[in-house]
Amino acid sequence: MLGIKYLSSPNTAKQGNLLSMFGMAAATGITLATPGLHGFNLIIIGMFIGTVIGGYAAIKVKMTSMPEMVALFNGCGGAASALVAMAEFQGVGIGLNSFTLITLMLSMIIGGLTFTGSLMAYAKLQGLISTRPITYPGQQFINGAVLLVTVVLCWFLFQDPSNILVFFAILALALILGVLAVIPIGGADMPVIICLLNSYSGLAVSMTGFALNNNALIITGSLVGASGIFLTKIMCDAMNRSLANVLFSAFGKVDESAADSGEAQTGTMKGFEIEDVATILANAGSLIIVPGYGMAAAQAQHATRELGEYLGEQGVEVRYAIHPVAGRMPGHMNVLLAEADVPYEQLFALEDINDDFDSTDVVLVIGANDVVNPAAKTNPNSPIYGMPVLDVEKARTVIVLKRSMSVGFAGIENDLFFMENTMMLFGDAKSSLQKLVASLKQ
Amino acid sequence: MDTGTIIIGLTIFVLACFAGAELIAKVPPTLHTPLMSGSNAISGIAIVGALLATGHAETLNTISFLGFLAVIFASINVVGGYMVTRRMLQMFKK
Repeated sequence: MLGIKYLSSPNTAKQGNLLSMFGMAAATGITLATPGLHGFNLIIIGMFIGTVIGGYAAIKVKMTSMPEMVALFNGCGGAASALVAMAEFQGVGIGLNSFTLITLMLSMIIGGLTFTGSLMAYAKLQGLISTRPITYPGQQFINGAVLLVTVVLCWFLFQDPSNILVFFAILALALILGVLAVIPIGGADMPVIICLLNSYSGLAVSMTGFALNNNALIITGSLVGASGIFLTKIMCDAMNRSLANVLFSAFGKVDESAADSGEAQTGTMKGFEIEDVATILANAGSLIIVPGYGMAAAQAQHATRELGEYLGEQGVEVRYAIHPVAGRMPGHMNVLLAEADVPYEQLFALEDINDDFDSTDVVLVIGANDVVNPAAKTNPNSPIYGMPVLDVEKARTVIVLKRSMSVGFAGIENDLFFMENTMMLFGDAKSSLQKLVASLKQ
Repeated sequence: MDTGTIIIGLTIFVLACFAGAELIAKVPPTLHTPLMSGSNAISGIAIVGALLATGHAETLNTISFLGFLAVIFASINVVGGYMVTRRMLQMFKK
């Protein structure tokens, strides 16, 4: 009966979601009906508290801060797995066989790591701590050492399951590991990390399933785990970097060597006024809008739609180009634009639209930076060299809406901004867009 | 647990991994966010484990307390995850 859950198919996503909700309800119900279960009061109180918190958060959260929310929920999932493992360990303790013991430990470690890792990701996304990678000398070494100690302690616990001290030490190390693993990761890599953590929480569940000998948990957990890993891989491919590179290279740490190599930066940025930009837009025959995290940060998705809609009415061909890693989580831009009622047919993926920039009059870049940086194609010294980017510079005119001159999340200068055909419009994306629309309508 | 059960478990694990990968391969990038929050919600299936853990304890003790916490966390994950996913998908409907 749990099979239903796995049918959730992509294009019928809505029914899929409902179906999977139903599956979850069924699984919970059946578990509750298991004979010999005690402590119903506790269970009901617990579920109630959880439902209220989760439901409230889900209704309140803004679409733009969705990545944080998902990270947080994910952390809860990880914590739950770890707690289950702990409870089970306490409960059965000494009589456990080796297989169960191993899976319990894994469940606890992965769950704990997911919990703190997700919290860190949340804090980074919220801007509570710096989105820049936090590094210190010997970081890799320390991380490796912590991991090694964890493994050794596991061995001890394996030898002597009754040693509660070792047990807690492992837990603490797992929690620390989660923090250590996420702090060196830069803001631009967050989509990857969230995917990965999601996958971890699935794995943790799956391990719990092994330990409790519960097939439902094994299946669901590994399903989530595998799909998370797969999605992670898609994200990595979109940046042309390996997973190991994302995890260990502290990408976006201001890289001196790369900064030196950009001789193209001698040019000047050309700042323009609203009116100039409006004139260009009014005379354009075709327009491609490239949104990035800046659009999300400025809550500018509605203003963007307004502009696109207005120009569309004036006979301009308006399309949107979405880079796979634009924003802070996979598909972030799509969700925001959908929220703002941008027609689905106007959104194009990188590979579908990249050949069309040649024949486009105007490209409007809203708060995107690294995904339109031509250095990825031309400068082998650039940290993002080889990453597929949108070929915006091929269009006749490129208009860049940007808050300031500062560098993007990869921490590198963007040659695009200094190019002949680029017009910079500095300021908050939302108010700039609104002024543009007003100016166009006159 | 005997070896047979373990092998069956591992088989299921591997099969489910393939199923998961297959599933994602077909999803368009547009739906990656809902997909992620959806699969995230699914990982809240840990609630089953949490229920079992809480339920095994006959009296109030550390175990039931841990289980209790697990139930709270898992419910947040499940309820929040699904509601957020629903909200997002609703926007795609039009």
